[in-house]
Amino acid sequence: MLTFFMNRPRRNGAAHCEILSGPSWTGVIDVPRSTLEMPTIEKQEATSEEIEMPWNVVVHNDPINLMSYVTMVFQRVFGYPRERAEKHMLEVHHNGRSILWSGVRERAELYVQQLHGYLLLATVEKIG
Amino acid sequence: MEICRQNEALEIRELDPFLAELLRQIPESARPKDSLAAEERLFSPPAAPEEKVLRAEWKLYVVPELRRLFQSATETVRHDLQQLRCTDKPFANCTLCIPMVHADAWLSALNQARLAIAATCQFTDHELCDHYRSPLGSRRDLSLFQVNFYGFLQEFILREMEGGG
Repeated sequence: MLTFFMNRPRRNGAAHCEILSGPSWTGVIDVPRSTLEMPTIEKQEATSEEIEMPWNVVVHNDPINLMSYVTMVFQRVFGYPRERAEKHMLEVHHNGRSILWSGVRERAELYVQQLHGYLLLATVEKIG
Repeated sequence: MEICRQNEALEIRELDPFLAELLRQIPESARPKDSLAAEERLFSPPAAPEEKVLRAEWKLYVVPELRRLFQSATETVRHDLQQLRCTDKPFANCTLCIPMVHADAWLSALNQARLAIAATCQFTDHELCDHYRSPLGSRRDLSLFQVNFYGFLQEFILREMEGGG
């Protein structure tokens, strides 16, 4: 994915456009100034990897946390109804792990932070 | 020992000195102290080892927040436990009243203590499932009893939280 940053026009009459990164190259291009001043356009994009690749929130089994406690935590953190929370809790118990949520990285990290606040073993995992 | 709900509080009556002492130990047991295993369990990594940046940032920004959160819960519990200072009759049974608004703090502190003790003692799954084990054999058995007793209290608090809506 192309990432670029366009500055205000330079004193020498050229708009300055820095290409911060591209698929296989990096460079700076000076382009002639047009009669109308170019507006400031600032655009910063995350890499396609960051945007498109979802992350899993995974909860891992541990022999100490009570089953009823884990169910309550899933209901509180994810707002799941009791049946769904119990299904995930049993998946953790029997399979050693369960994917509780998938989506953008920031939110996944926030969920893991909340789960750690309840002392559950939880991690984020990149999909793919 | 009897546990019952009294309006907006949980009341633990007829606490004998042994169980009262175990309750007094909750805040101390919840602190990892010098146990690396307990520290690692209470502040577990948020991602696989190859996610080095995320793990480093987590240690820097999230772990201090979690530490504050856990400490706040144990302080609430420590405050409630001041009721157990039976100074006039040190060997008499006592009563502990836990306000329901402190239920979350108790759940957290009990969980911290259970996890820290289990990590330090490295209990096996078999030991943790053996509910008929004598608590009197060794310090390790006593720690296991502590983990199970705190778990029993957690169950009761959870049940009352659910029942109370």
